[in-house]
Amino acid sequence: MLTLPNVLAGIILIALTAYVLLGGADFGGGVWDLLASGPRKALQRDLVARAIGPVWEANHVWLILAIVLLFTCFPTAFATIAIALHIPLTLMLIGIVLRGSAFVFQSYGGGGGRVFATASLITPVLLGICVGAVASGELGAVSGESFYATYVATWLTPFAIAVGVFALVCFAFLAAVYLTLEATSAELQEDFRWRAIVSEVAVVAMAAAGLALFQTAPKVHVGIVSLAGAAAIATCGSLWRRRYRLARMGAAAQVTLIVLGWGLAQYPNILPPSLTIAAAAAPRVTLELALIAVVAGAVVLLPSLYYLFKIFKSSGNPSAVPPTTPPARRQ
Amino acid sequence: MSDLLAARSQMAVSLAFHIIFAVIGIAMPVLMVLAERRWLRTRDPVYLDLAKRWARGTAILFAVGAVSGTVLSFELGLLWPKFMALAGPIIGMPFSLEGFAFFTEAIFLGVYLYGWDKVSPRAHLLAGVLVAVSGAASGIFVVIANAWMNTPVGFRFANGMFVDIDPVAAMLTPAAFPQVLHMTLAAYAATGLGVAGIHAFLMLRRGRAFNRAALTLGLFVGAPAAVLQPISGDIAARYVARKQPVKLAAMEVLYETRSGAPITIGPGIRIPYALSLLAFHDPHAVVRGLDAAPRDEWPNVRLVHLSFDVMVVLGSYMAVVGLWAGWLALRRRDFATQRRFLGALAIAAPCGFISVEAGWMVTELGRQPWVIFGVLRTADAVTPMPGLIVPFSVITVLYCGLATIVGIVLYRQIIRSPAA
Repeated sequence: MLTLPNVLAGIILIALTAYVLLGGADFGGGVWDLLASGPRKALQRDLVARAIGPVWEANHVWLILAIVLLFTCFPTAFATIAIALHIPLTLMLIGIVLRGSAFVFQSYGGGGGRVFATASLITPVLLGICVGAVASGELGAVSGESFYATYVATWLTPFAIAVGVFALVCFAFLAAVYLTLEATSAELQEDFRWRAIVSEVAVVAMAAAGLALFQTAPKVHVGIVSLAGAAAIATCGSLWRRRYRLARMGAAAQVTLIVLGWGLAQYPNILPPSLTIAAAAAPRVTLELALIAVVAGAVVLLPSLYYLFKIFKSSGNPSAVPPTTPPARRQ
Repeated sequence: MSDLLAARSQMAVSLAFHIIFAVIGIAMPVLMVLAERRWLRTRDPVYLDLAKRWARGTAILFAVGAVSGTVLSFELGLLWPKFMALAGPIIGMPFSLEGFAFFTEAIFLGVYLYGWDKVSPRAHLLAGVLVAVSGAASGIFVVIANAWMNTPVGFRFANGMFVDIDPVAAMLTPAAFPQVLHMTLAAYAATGLGVAGIHAFLMLRRGRAFNRAALTLGLFVGAPAAVLQPISGDIAARYVARKQPVKLAAMEVLYETRSGAPITIGPGIRIPYALSLLAFHDPHAVVRGLDAAPRDEWPNVRLVHLSFDVMVVLGSYMAVVGLWAGWLALRRRDFATQRRFLGALAIAAPCGFISVEAGWMVTELGRQPWVIFGVLRTADAVTPMPGLIVPFSVITVLYCGLATIVGIVLYRQIIRSPAA
């Protein structure tokens, strides 16, 4: 139903999807930095760093946008999540701070940020755990009074942890697919092609096992599952035939469908099992203003984002130079 | 340590850390754009070097500011869920706008940093201008949200709920103008004089064209802001006198309501009539003292007063240095030859940042025990989660480490003079 609260909930889901597709890939880059191996180890790490550099901050803002819209438009849902998921959210913040430190250190401090990069891998896992806790409906149905029951038991479940690991694998998969297009040599491209194929297999296996094994898993619409499966097959096929642009589209579509599937599975609830989008919504005037702000913001931001990605991500062989040694200006 | 105090301390540490990055993030892009413009005009390579150094500085601080800002947007809910559940629909508006301004800043900073040889010189300079403008805008929106907490308007409060809310009226809250003016000027004064002061210090040790250029641009941004700041401070103080008299009484340790109120400088040292004159521009005006409010609605008087005095003393010193710079510029003296001025300027370098911290202590501690002034007590807004000393300690240790890293990286990348 196209009500105002539903539209804004949809926008929040879109912002989260954008964060997963863009920011998630930055975290996934961290996985490949950690797992760099073989004769081109240093080149792989260098590629990851250069791919993330120009877009890291912009990608990160999607999460801030989702959070701000959540507390503006659905304040009670935000407050409930913030209380019940205090611990994993705080741990996730620590991961985000460590990722930021790693980024600063690797870009400007001459390396040495690998410890931070490794530690920051907890962030995707914790993000997934929080999503899993919301999706499973545990937050809305706290049983018991104890500290453990209230603040830990809701998210420290096998299902939520599985979603956390799944998120990490998805992010690594996205990063590997994107990096095939940014690789500066054919060998490097092959490295990430194989990484993409292997992680895609892991994504599909985990998704299938997760939906089959967990009773708490949300009931995802069968159409969405088949579409995501089709996208997975198409992505694998494109990777096999080295059609990397097609593979990137397939990977993005697949992950978008996963996030969308989560959203639709818990509709009309914003916090399953019982807090609905309509019940959690802020007064109408707030929603209207938020929608106006989003539309006005989009008019400014989308062309700007297009410009940013066109400059740095369109050419097959990007020559972005690390910012520590900026090239002399052409005169 | 009680959970409430731990939560307040965690918020204070997070804000105190973030505000430095916010302040530099507002003003540094202006310096970087000015340097690039000088380079395009004069083709003097010193300015290109400066533009690139300052761009790297902006990038480093922005990267850290982005994460510490993310932390804050979560902490609002993690620590103060009741406040966010109540106030989210009202102050969400400035936060949403801030989100978009921040987004614009991030996009064009990416273009600026990595686009030196990918876009035309004009497009590159324009990207820098957009970074500066959106940086200032995002600061303004956040300060508006804070101003609303000081003078909450745009709602009716009934049965513990906000009804008839008007987010636009809330953004036009009376505290918005004085706070935004005072904070924006503070950002330019602190960063401008900070940069000029560092290079004054380096110049005293060894003069260089590089330091002279940096110092001049720093003064160009910082000195006018520092000179104007006492005027905006006066505007801010007069609004506090009218809208938050308890805060003013704490700032000036005025215990009894009286006319012709003095300013207390130290134990037993008073300037008669000065407070009435400053607060209401009338020596005989009645100034409300702490006795006008019940004891349980007083802020921490000693801390608020101390912070206020630190801010005023350092701010006044910066204004004097700014005037001195203006005087030297009018007489067309070369700053590099004025050793006494360079010494005074070097001392001013950290003053702006200390003043900003002290000023926020005044605003935030002075509003206590309220989180929404007169409406919701901070103690009623805190999360029910126990053991808050743990996240407070972790965040504090993490930020200390991060501050050290940033300090080292900044020194290597920006301040250290180019190899001869």
